[in-house]
Amino acid sequence: MLDIKNLKVTVDGKAILNGLNLNVGPGEVHAIMGPNGSGKSTLANVIAGRDGYEVTNGSVTFMGNDLLSMAPEDRAREGVFLAFQYPVEIPGVANIALLKEGLNAARRHRGETELDALDFLKLVREKLKLVEMKEEFLYRSVNEGFSGGEKKRNEIFQMAMLEPSLAVLDETDSGLDIDALKTVAGGVNALRSEDRSIILVTHYQRLLDYIVPDRVHVLAGGRILRSGDKQLALDLEERGYGWIDTVAA
Amino acid sequence: MSAMESHAVPYVEAQQAHASELPAAGVAALDRSRLEALEILGERGLPSQHDEDWKYTSIKPITRSRFSPAVSGVDCSEHFIAASAIDNLDAWQLVFADGFHLPHRSKTDGLPEGVQVTGLAEALTQDPAPIVDRLGFAMGEMPHGFSAMNSAFVGDGALVEVDPGVQLDKPIELLFVSGCSGEGFLSLPRNLVILGDGSEASIIERHISFGAERSLSNSLTEIILGKSATLNYCCAQDQAERTFHVGGLFCRLAQSAKFKATTITMGRSWVRNDARINLDAEGAHANLDGAYLAFGRCHVDNHTHISHNAPECTSRECYKGVLGDRGHAVFHGRIVVQPHAQKTDSEQSNQNLLLSADAQIDTKPQLEIYADDVKCAHGATVGQLDEAALFYLVSRGVDRETARRMLTQAFAAEILETVTPSALQNYLASRVLSQLSPAVPPEAVA
Repeated sequence: MLDIKNLKVTVDGKAILNGLNLNVGPGEVHAIMGPNGSGKSTLANVIAGRDGYEVTNGSVTFMGNDLLSMAPEDRAREGVFLAFQYPVEIPGVANIALLKEGLNAARRHRGETELDALDFLKLVREKLKLVEMKEEFLYRSVNEGFSGGEKKRNEIFQMAMLEPSLAVLDETDSGLDIDALKTVAGGVNALRSEDRSIILVTHYQRLLDYIVPDRVHVLAGGRILRSGDKQLALDLEERGYGWIDTVAA
Repeated sequence: MSAMESHAVPYVEAQQAHASELPAAGVAALDRSRLEALEILGERGLPSQHDEDWKYTSIKPITRSRFSPAVSGVDCSEHFIAASAIDNLDAWQLVFADGFHLPHRSKTDGLPEGVQVTGLAEALTQDPAPIVDRLGFAMGEMPHGFSAMNSAFVGDGALVEVDPGVQLDKPIELLFVSGCSGEGFLSLPRNLVILGDGSEASIIERHISFGAERSLSNSLTEIILGKSATLNYCCAQDQAERTFHVGGLFCRLAQSAKFKATTITMGRSWVRNDARINLDAEGAHANLDGAYLAFGRCHVDNHTHISHNAPECTSRECYKGVLGDRGHAVFHGRIVVQPHAQKTDSEQSNQNLLLSADAQIDTKPQLEIYADDVKCAHGATVGQLDEAALFYLVSRGVDRETARRMLTQAFAAEILETVTPSALQNYLASRVLSQLSPAVPPEAVA
């Protein structure tokens, strides 16, 4: 699904990723953990195609295609989804307008017809249930005035609507209380499938109690220092990130 | 004679040649006020950029060629009017061709008792005295040569008079069609709106063009609101590339009167608006909003002046502009709080979105406070589209162009969303959208 080789990225001339390798197979859930400033969010943003990140070396291949040469909108249409760490508030653009535009852009891209209003609404209602969101959210401006939990649920709701092949969830657990965390995790779990890969970028192990990963990677200093199964996350939680440095050294 | 005075000469001469044919000519008070206005036009001429209030707006597009005052008798096809209608809008309607009321195209059936909606010329001919008394009252001192020109030719336009206590349940649409007479004509509609104490009305003033003929519309609306009267007013300026427009909006509010005005300028050629609101008695409230688009090489200038002349009045003003290509917009918003206007509460803002490096905005918010117990705030912003928001939309698969349009539309939506009724709001939103995509080609004013 996703194959990252020797990825080096700088931001404002400062090296953030220093030769990162990562392979995520279809249907797999990978957790990327690491201390603040380790490059976790940079990785998420580079996959989504955000400006301001300069790739100086390496490759990112998504379903056999060179992801880095694609515009962000094309990545989204091809099935890449980023759940933002800080979802942007967009006054004046209704949630439903964004979803309709995004969904239909992907359908046109795949050579499918656009959904008519009725089918669209049917789909929307079905997906809203997944994250326990009320229909009124559809008609509100994107994220405007949403609580932290509502913003994160809205990200998962969008993911459910767009049905990506690869979803990168950037610190989706941050700022959530336990109930909101369970709701969000429940939504993500419902979206797990054989042909959908998920990358969970997180600082804490807590999220992984609810979304159990196939693989766990520890990112530090712009490189993956250690990979393992879910036990690695538990060890990290117990011993702290300092432990990795000593192990790696 | 200065250049500006000389620019006024053809219009002075045209008025002199046609003065005796103007409606209700021979009514002494009216003749006198026309003559006074003519003298002001002759003396002051048309405005120049040496005039502080015209510093950023050149009238060259207008003075480059001459415009002849349109004469009555011109018509506009029923088909065109039907095609220009606002979907689902249930309203009474007066239609004007180059400033002249077309009674046979207008719909005023079922107006309640105590409401007069008619052509000004017709009303002047029937009973001039009460109208002549009130013409010029809301305006006060004429701001410039164009208002003097309109006053020197004052004749036709709309008269809306609502008796005290009468509340209208449907809006009144005044539809002005420019360019009906052909190439090079000038229309000079003058509208007078009088709302009696405690009455309520909604008025839509809409300016459009028939065809692509070069024309100048110099329109002036005066509004007098009685005690506790409420007027919801929307002016939609949606003319073609070769219609130049000078708009005047003058309103006086009595005690506890409420005025909500929204001016939407689609901005295809050259537009200058002057709004002057006088809050004359305690508890009056004015909401003066505007949205303007300036693409291609067009020019949109909004000058507003809200005067708090009495204690405990409130005003809210918000103008938002979207500029692209080589569009140029000007905003000059003056708020004056007179010495005895204590407890004034006033807010003003002007926000601009610049979509191209060649677009230009000159914004000048101006507060003049002569009282000491007031709450006033003002501010202006100029910015580009928010990159973070743009990326968010694009990351959901929306193409960049659509994302830009969605954000641009959202920027203007804050103003449009306050417009009622919803049929009008929907119409304006779709007009704005069609203006934004694609941005108009760079022709218009050269």
